[in-house]
Amino acid sequence: MAPFEPVLTRGLGRLDLTDLSVYEAQGGFGALRKALRDMTPEAVVNEVSASNLRGRGGAGFPTGRKWSFLPNDGRPRYLVCNCDEAEPGTFKDHMLLEQTPFQIIEGLVISAYAIRAERAFMYIRGEFLEGYRIFRRALETARERGYVGPRIAGSDFSLDIVVHRGAGAYICGEETAMLESIEGKRGEPRLKPPFPANAGLYGMPTVVNNVETLCCVPHIVERGAQWFSSIGPPKCPGPKIISVSGHVRKPGNYEVPMGIPAGQLIEEYAGGLEPGRRLKAIQPGGGSSAAIFEEDLDTGLDFDSLAAKGTMLGSGGFVVMDDRTCLVRAALTLVRFFEHESCGQCTPCREGGQWVARMVGRLEAGEGSNADLAILRTLNRTLTGTNLCPLGDSIMPFLSSVLRRFPEEFETHVTQAGCPLAAEQAVAAGAGA
Amino acid sequence: MSPERRRKAEELAARYPRRQSALIPFLQYCQEQDGFVTRQAIRDGAEMCGLTEAEVESIASFYTLLFRQSVGKHLIQVCRTLSCMLRGAGELQEHIRRRLGVRNGETTPDGLFTYEEVECLAACDRAPCLQHNLMFHYNVTPDEFDRLLETWRASRPAVSLPAE
Repeated sequence: MAPFEPVLTRGLGRLDLTDLSVYEAQGGFGALRKALRDMTPEAVVNEVSASNLRGRGGAGFPTGRKWSFLPNDGRPRYLVCNCDEAEPGTFKDHMLLEQTPFQIIEGLVISAYAIRAERAFMYIRGEFLEGYRIFRRALETARERGYVGPRIAGSDFSLDIVVHRGAGAYICGEETAMLESIEGKRGEPRLKPPFPANAGLYGMPTVVNNVETLCCVPHIVERGAQWFSSIGPPKCPGPKIISVSGHVRKPGNYEVPMGIPAGQLIEEYAGGLEPGRRLKAIQPGGGSSAAIFEEDLDTGLDFDSLAAKGTMLGSGGFVVMDDRTCLVRAALTLVRFFEHESCGQCTPCREGGQWVARMVGRLEAGEGSNADLAILRTLNRTLTGTNLCPLGDSIMPFLSSVLRRFPEEFETHVTQAGCPLAAEQAVAAGAGA
Repeated sequence: MSPERRRKAEELAARYPRRQSALIPFLQYCQEQDGFVTRQAIRDGAEMCGLTEAEVESIASFYTLLFRQSVGKHLIQVCRTLSCMLRGAGELQEHIRRRLGVRNGETTPDGLFTYEEVECLAACDRAPCLQHNLMFHYNVTPDEFDRLLETWRASRPAVSLPAE
């Protein structure tokens, strides 16, 4: 197999791809012309289905299949691009938004054509104000150049893209919460079914796709399903951007072939750990994912291999923790996150998140008891699968995984009434006091 | 509703198939004008969408970037989630709290600086990070914060919460 060449991030950091002429000179909007001129919408759907592209937002659902669920009943259809990136440890869409907005626009237009959407919505996280401005400018330019708007690139296809800026809420990244938010309501996830394909935005058939997913589409159209599915494992192929952060020498976004082993990502891309440090834990798929450990370094980073390890690829937020890390404190940071971000509709998530945060808070402060630990060991079952959306399911996986792997670290917080790593922790996390 | 606000409400509503979709952009606009979402903005939003004020209150209160109380000229939001925590966010936060003499969520008595600890800002490779009036600053050490603080003190930003 030929060595892997970056696809989605090609030229980033070297070229100014926010300049339309630079994007075009790299072949940009060629796929859009090809799709509108040479392919029917069905042909685009078929190509994307055949590529085995799976959604990059976290769930890994096959994109072509998602598109094919839309009923043919004459109602208006909508496409929503999910750029509400807020999963802890994930920063790829943020980069794509700011550095290659035309690729997103091209993916949006082709995908809207494929599903015959009459309007597309670009939902941008409220905190990404700079990215929002960059995208608005890019959209204006694309409109002037005839890539968006009426009769795109001389075809019969017309599309308007509405840019909607969020107002601060992690949960709006969940697709039905996002639809509520675009409708001007509280971003509370809906009970499913009905799924958005049947009753989405304004009750109409709707597809919600992640930024990175949409960015894959022009390349599949341009180079074919077979090329795409030959990269990485056949069941979840393609290029994947992994956001690497934490205790590595070169944190950053790295585009890799799906399925690359975790250890190879750390060593060959992220510069390895700092000298003299030993790996303790990795969160491979954002704040919602269970940890993997040094014995798992040969695990492939793809949806299926990580699922087989009891965790997930999720959004591709890969957080590395070395031996300085207090896992009680790390877990506390994450359970507090979910406590804060719960929309409050479902009791297990709303109340459970608060209880867990209080218990882990006590442990971290040296005030925990063995009873707390015993309860924490049972909560994965209580909180998982008992809520409308996956947020409640995300509270426990990391905590449960590190509690199982390093029980003594949690127990020592009880017996020593505090953190055994306190001195090192102060260096690692700047705890100060 | 003032004529100018009504114009803006209509302009925003025209972007969407349904009017209420423009409510949050409208409140963002009002917030940019007034510094926070005032009682009047809630009334105007209700009028614009045919909702009750209680409904608009409920919607506004859901979103962390809609403020129901006045914030400082400078809004400083520091990430507190895992990747930043692993790379010194705790030390940075403590430094800022001491430096400004405030706790999380408070505004300095002169009304200039509001300090908040917020969740993951999606810039984890350049941790710790913060936003000042929604503009990113990366790899912020306590020393770097002090330098930033001086430049902020010397400036008078027009708005702390830009809508667009």
